Amino acid sequence: MNGIEVNNVTKRFGDTLALNQVSFKFEPNKIYGLLGRNGAGKSTLLNIITNRLFPDEGDVTIEGLTSAENDEAQNKVYLMSEKSLYPDSMSCREVIKWSGMFYPNFDLEYAMEIANQFGLDINKKVKTLSTGFSSIFKIVIALSVNTPYVLFDEPVLGLDANHREMFYKLLIKKYSHSPFTAIISTHLIEEVSMILENVMIIKNGELLINESCETLLKSGYSVSGTAQQIDDFILNKEVISIDALGGLKTATIIGAVDKSTIPHGIEITGLDLQKFFIKLTNEE
Amino acid sequence: MQINFEDERPIFMQIAEGIEDAILTGAFAEEEQIPSITELSVNYKINPATALKGISILVDEGIIFKKRGIGMFVAQGAVLKLRDKRKELFYEHFIKRLIEEAKKLGITIEEILCMVERGYEE
Repeated sequence: MNGIEVNNVTKRFGDTLALNQVSFKFEPNKIYGLLGRNGAGKSTLLNIITNRLFPDEGDVTIEGLTSAENDEAQNKVYLMSEKSLYPDSMSCREVIKWSGMFYPNFDLEYAMEIANQFGLDINKKVKTLSTGFSSIFKIVIALSVNTPYVLFDEPVLGLDANHREMFYKLLIKKYSHSPFTAIISTHLIEEVSMILENVMIIKNGELLINESCETLLKSGYSVSGTAQQIDDFILNKEVISIDALGGLKTATIIGAVDKSTIPHGIEITGLDLQKFFIKLTNEE
Repeated sequence: MQINFEDERPIFMQIAEGIEDAILTGAFAEEEQIPSITELSVNYKINPATALKGISILVDEGIIFKKRGIGMFVAQGAVLKLRDKRKELFYEHFIKRLIEEAKKLGITIEEILCMVERGYEE
C-alpha cells in the first residue's frame, strides 16, 4: 500500500466542523497543491496526518500503516508547519543538527548549502528570525529531511519574490533528482500551479476538487475583446467572472474551447486559476 | 525560449515547440546535447512530469533521442524533419487562412502574389 490514505476523516472544534468526512489519497512521488481559503481545514488535515491532532471519526494510513501514535508511519512524514515548534533559545545551527538526529536521512551538508544560498545566518537564534527568514529556516529543514512525504503548510509566508523563486526551483530540483511526495498548502495558486501535478481544493471542511492540474486547466478558458463581442460570445455559456476595463471585457468561462466558434478579434487565453479558485470557494 | 503561462496551449506543447524552434534556428544543433528534464523544469518552474511529456513528443517523432545515463540529443536529420512538419503546418495555419480572408475581400491570386513579392522585398 503506497501513499497516504485519508478515510472518512471528521474533525470538530466545539461547534465548528473543521473536516467533514474527507476521503482521498496522496499518491507517491507527486507534487500536490492543497488549496483553500483561511479556515477551510487545510492545516487541520495536515496536522491529523502527522498525528498532532486526532480525528473524531475516520483514520489515516501512511503506506498502509495507521498514522495515529505510530512512529514507524510518522518517520515517513515531515510537516513544515506554520507554527514554529523549535525551542526559541536554540540557534538555527543547533536545530539543524538536532533534526539530523531525528531523521536518519537528513542531509546536513545540503541543509548548510541551501541555508547559505538563502542568506540565512544559522548562528541566529530561532526566535530572533524575521517572518520571512523563519519560513526560510523551516524550508531549509523540510528540504533536507528526505522523508518520502513532505508536507509544506504555507511555505512561502513572508518570503519576497526572489526567495519564493529560489524555493520553487530548489523544490523542483530536489524532486527531479529523487522524487518524493510534496504536499503544498497555499493560497498563492497562480505562481505555484505549474509546479503541481494534482490540485485539491478544500472548502468548509469538504474536498471540492481533486484533479490533475492539466485537467483542471483544460476545464475552462478566458476570452477578451470588445464589450459587445464578449457579451455576444458568452451567451449560453457558463461564465464565472467578467472584468470590464473601458470598452474592453475579459470573461472566464467553464467548458471546452471550440476554436472554430471563436469570432475574429476575440483573444483566448488559458483558465485563470486564481479566478476559478475565488469563484469556487466564495461563500454564496 | 519563452513559456507563456496564460497561453491556452498546454505547457508541455509549448515546451516541445520551444525546443523545435531552438533546433530550427540552430541554437540546438544536430547531435548536440539539449538541457535535461531537471534543467528545463527548474528553469521554467514547471513540474518535471510536464517537461517530460513535452520531450516525449519529440522523442516519439524522432527529433530527440536519449542516451542512457548521458542525456538527450538532437537527432541527425531533425532540422529537415521539422522543416517538413512546419511547412505542412504553415499551409494549414497561414495559407488556408490567408486565402479565406482574401476571398472575403475579393483579392485575386495575382494580387496575393504581388503582395507576397512586396513583403519579401521590404
